[in-house]
Amino acid sequence: MPATPALETRDLTIRFGGHVAVNAVSCAFHPGTLTAIVGPNGAGKTTYFNLISGQLKATAGSVLLRGHDVSGLTASARTKRGMGRAFQLTNLFPNLTVMENVRLAVQSRAGAGLQLLQLWSHRRDLIEKADSLLESVKLLEKRNAMAGALPHGDQRKLEVALLLALEPDVFMFDEPTAGMSVDEVPTVLDLIHGIKARGDKTVLLVEHKMDVVRSLADRIIVLHNGTLVADGEPATVIASPVVQEAYLGISPEAAGQTMGEAAR
Amino acid sequence: MLPNNPIHSILSGDYPRSKALSVALVIVLVSLAFAPFLFPGSQPLNVAAKICVFVILVASYDLLLGYTGIVSFAHTMFYGIGGYGVAIAMYNFNAGWGALGLGVLAALVLAMLLALLIGLFSLRVRAIFFAMITLAVASAFAILASQLNEITGGEDGRSYRIPEMLRPAFRLFDEPVLGVMINGRILTYYLIFFAALILFLLALRVVNSPFGRVLQAIRENDFRAEALGYRVVVYRSIANCLSAGMATLAGVLMALWLRYTGPDTTLSFAIMIDILLMVVIGGMGTLYGAVLGATIFILAQNYLQVLMGQFSGMLEAAGIPLLPGLFHADRWLLWLGILFVLSVYFFPVGIVGKLRQMKS
Repeated sequence: MPATPALETRDLTIRFGGHVAVNAVSCAFHPGTLTAIVGPNGAGKTTYFNLISGQLKATAGSVLLRGHDVSGLTASARTKRGMGRAFQLTNLFPNLTVMENVRLAVQSRAGAGLQLLQLWSHRRDLIEKADSLLESVKLLEKRNAMAGALPHGDQRKLEVALLLALEPDVFMFDEPTAGMSVDEVPTVLDLIHGIKARGDKTVLLVEHKMDVVRSLADRIIVLHNGTLVADGEPATVIASPVVQEAYLGISPEAAGQTMGEAAR
Repeated sequence: MLPNNPIHSILSGDYPRSKALSVALVIVLVSLAFAPFLFPGSQPLNVAAKICVFVILVASYDLLLGYTGIVSFAHTMFYGIGGYGVAIAMYNFNAGWGALGLGVLAALVLAMLLALLIGLFSLRVRAIFFAMITLAVASAFAILASQLNEITGGEDGRSYRIPEMLRPAFRLFDEPVLGVMINGRILTYYLIFFAALILFLLALRVVNSPFGRVLQAIRENDFRAEALGYRVVVYRSIANCLSAGMATLAGVLMALWLRYTGPDTTLSFAIMIDILLMVVIGGMGTLYGAVLGATIFILAQNYLQVLMGQFSGMLEAAGIPLLPGLFHADRWLLWLGILFVLSVYFFPVGIVGKLRQMKS
């Protein structure tokens, strides 16, 4: 494992009034590994993501990208430095086409956003790139549809395509398959697997479906009430008493469907 | 059409996408291009010049409101800066091209600097606060302009001479062309017409550039645009500056046409409301909407009264009771208001939006 992790959080904390949503989470993530972040609803997983990618400013602690402190940077600056994020709740540009959505991400990566007098349609390279990404998420035939008019599953795939277009070093997926139909899920999982297989990318994945976690994750960390309660190999973590208790204690229903099932 | 087609380049690939809209735009373009020959007389030319200026003013506002999703009430301030730039330069120096250029340049620099400052300080805040801040700054500027008597002429404004070529007494040829004497007034009109045409096509290019798509992305979802790596405040500020610059040039053109600049012709809130109405009637976020919105609005403003007078007279001659009073020329503002309510009711996406929907 290389000396400097791709991404690291040190005592990362955020308070909303008296409520500590993320409590002193220290964790390092290395290239070539896929880390699943699990925990019951309200455990602070998405908030942890928001702190890392810069949508929220931490109350205390820091975020390090390849050893450099990025805690003071805006979300856009962190994206420019190689962090990429797909959102849990679909978060697209609804009145632009599918193709325009992806192309905006491709263009951001290419640093072409400030070209004022060039025609949008003249950058064939960016358009071809966007089309190939749409192909990879199987949305190419819908490239001219408005993003807001897509069915939910397609919007989720488009969300993934936007993240892929950014070509980040650190990929952050927030429940990428939530709400997808069964036959759509493999497309996205194959893509995530492909990213991991490249070996130089760091992948963080918030996921509730335990079968997905087990098939993809090299490591699992567990958040509970904003605190990191377990960290390690998937099999060990799933079987650990603290995880069982965390899930059973908070949400017996969720535990039954996800953790409990997985531990069997 | 093929991407290498010259029309494609001129229109930046942004076609009207509706037969009726294309026809309407061609009619407007041809009418404005040949206005001095098609509609002789000073009043029609006055209306045509006003339409050209307002197309630019409304298009520049659409860049903010329709494309970037920024609500600003400071647009007439930039329009006024352009007007006063010309007025102050022409009034204080000899009325030559050099002074005019200096006035335009100074106005542009001041307007864009002010737009940048307002943008950097307040485009981070929520849209409603930005709108309030622009309202405050614009009000302060209007008061300042009417108080600084020495410089701006106060409430009375300034009348001034413009370069000789643009004065009514100037004759380009000894003989009339197509029955019309080409005087300085007509030259001024064509200066305004071509400036407006070029600025409009430039705006069309900007909204169809990679930058323009980012503006639309920001309008759609600024949070996500930021997450994709675009610094939203920078893009908004640039849009704000471009829009301010364009509004300033519209003010310059109007000042050349009127040879007078005062608070009522440039800075009044009534003009701001007119701009808003024109954008909404034409169709936000389309730019072509600015052309139709400005044309229809200004035509209605100038000719509704006359048309109603004639209509009322006809009704009276026919011996119909009550109606002649209802359509009396003095009621024109009432009918103008009703027309706008109806147009917003029936075309919530503006005329351009409606025409494009009808096609599909």
